[in-house]
Amino acid sequence: MSSAPRKSVLSVKDLHVSYGAISAVKGISFEIFAGEIVSLIGANGAGKTTTLRAISGLLPCRGEILLNGRPTSSIAPYNLVTHGLVHSPEGRGIFLNLTVEENLKLGAYRRKDTQDLPREMEHCFELFPRLKERLKASAGTLSGGEQQMLSISRALLSKPQVLMLDEPSLGLAPRIVQQIFQIVQKLNSEGITILLVEQNARMALKVSHRAYVLETGKVRVSGEGRVLLADPQIQAAYLGH
Amino acid sequence: MEEFLQHIINGLNLGAGYALIALGYTMVYGILQMINFAHSEVYMIGAFSAFYGSRFFNLTEHPGWGSFFAALALAIVACSSLGLLIERFAYRPLRNSPKTNALITAIGVSLFLQFSGQVVFGADPKLFPSVLEDYALWTYGNVQLRLFDVTILSVACVAMLLLNFFIQRTRVGTAMRAVSFSFRSATLMGINVNTIIMVTFIVGSALAGVGSVLLGLKYSKIDPLMGTLIGLKAFVAAVLGGIGNLPGAVVGGLLMGLSEEMVVAYLSSTYRDALAFGLLIFILLVKPSGLFGQSKVEKV
Repeated sequence: MSSAPRKSVLSVKDLHVSYGAISAVKGISFEIFAGEIVSLIGANGAGKTTTLRAISGLLPCRGEILLNGRPTSSIAPYNLVTHGLVHSPEGRGIFLNLTVEENLKLGAYRRKDTQDLPREMEHCFELFPRLKERLKASAGTLSGGEQQMLSISRALLSKPQVLMLDEPSLGLAPRIVQQIFQIVQKLNSEGITILLVEQNARMALKVSHRAYVLETGKVRVSGEGRVLLADPQIQAAYLGH
Repeated sequence: MEEFLQHIINGLNLGAGYALIALGYTMVYGILQMINFAHSEVYMIGAFSAFYGSRFFNLTEHPGWGSFFAALALAIVACSSLGLLIERFAYRPLRNSPKTNALITAIGVSLFLQFSGQVVFGADPKLFPSVLEDYALWTYGNVQLRLFDVTILSVACVAMLLLNFFIQRTRVGTAMRAVSFSFRSATLMGINVNTIIMVTFIVGSALAGVGSVLLGLKYSKIDPLMGTLIGLKAFVAAVLGGIGNLPGAVVGGLLMGLSEEMVVAYLSSTYRDALAFGLLIFILLVKPSGLFGQSKVEKV
């Protein structure tokens, strides 16, 4: 780790976000280096989802967000995906009025290299064979787990450099949660940098290189995933010991 | 019986016109959850641009398909441009303000265009240019199927099929459906929501342009306030079919046209306009979501 300086892909400096008079994020700073899995964990209302939305340009914010060194404020929100920043949002963001296939194709809406698309779709089906069976079905008929698979697959078809996943485990059966986290690690090993937001702190810390613990809009603790996992204070507050 | 058949033909013609206009209302509603009350004036401008365009290009000197399609093209271009301007300068600045503001603005734009029309075109009715000559294609007793009937129905059909193809099969059409579901998720896909909204206004207004020329052929009288009543009826048709639902707008439009024709034929032409509003009250009482509309059920 000490040899070459690591390349920062996403850097957030002193981020403030408020909903009207209520400030949800009060000066968060963090940094993600190429090839990492970084988690933001914390209780409901800690500001995790708000932080992701601000990074994606969906909410007005103060502070500085740099994507590969370039301020995201200079990029229109709908163009971020062409700069490699892809966001699978809270609630999965599936278009329930479209078919599974149409949802997947929208993932590649801004791609110019569409000749690779069939092969990449096959790759998604290897990860989630269930999606192939439901390709022509309306996305509204999918189960929660299938919707999550669709959301991740669709994000992959956007060819992410940085993939932001908001609560991929929410509302899923434990067996599927396991599977989703395995896939998160697999994607990371394929070279995708991942920013993970989770309430399932145990799972998140297990797979993450580093994590930031948020509490009421501020970073409380940060460190390596396995160190935080062993920290008695974190265990007491977030891991239910 | 013969008489009834003739009324069906006339009703379908009128209904096709309503359907084309209703599609514009329902498309905009599907995306912005807003009733674009200025849509009826877009329709009016379509008729007037065909009127002045025909004069300028001497289209009535050689009536025929060439002149007809030229008038159609003129109306489409004028309506699309107007729809685009209205969206860009009246509605977009209010995108993030409460829905009521946009609604009131829509009514304002509508009134502005109506009375500007009176100033510019004059308040007296004009005759829609005869860009195509009508004759009976087929006669059975007293029933006549005329060229205008066939033209209106087939042009309306082609326009609707093209719309369906565009919405269901093309990349931009898919993006449009995505935007109608969620602005936020669509933005995350890299879709420029503003562009899609512009496209929606362009396409919806173009359909009103088609409607204005088709109904202009058949009913010939045009004036700056012509949009009000027809627009309201088309709006009721869209509500009848389920506002936001495209096939619903077509079915609603046809039902509206047919029932209006029947009321005029078998009751009294006095009740012609009462029908639309009676129908509106009835739907709102019995099935406010319309024939094909669904009350939203969201899955968690």
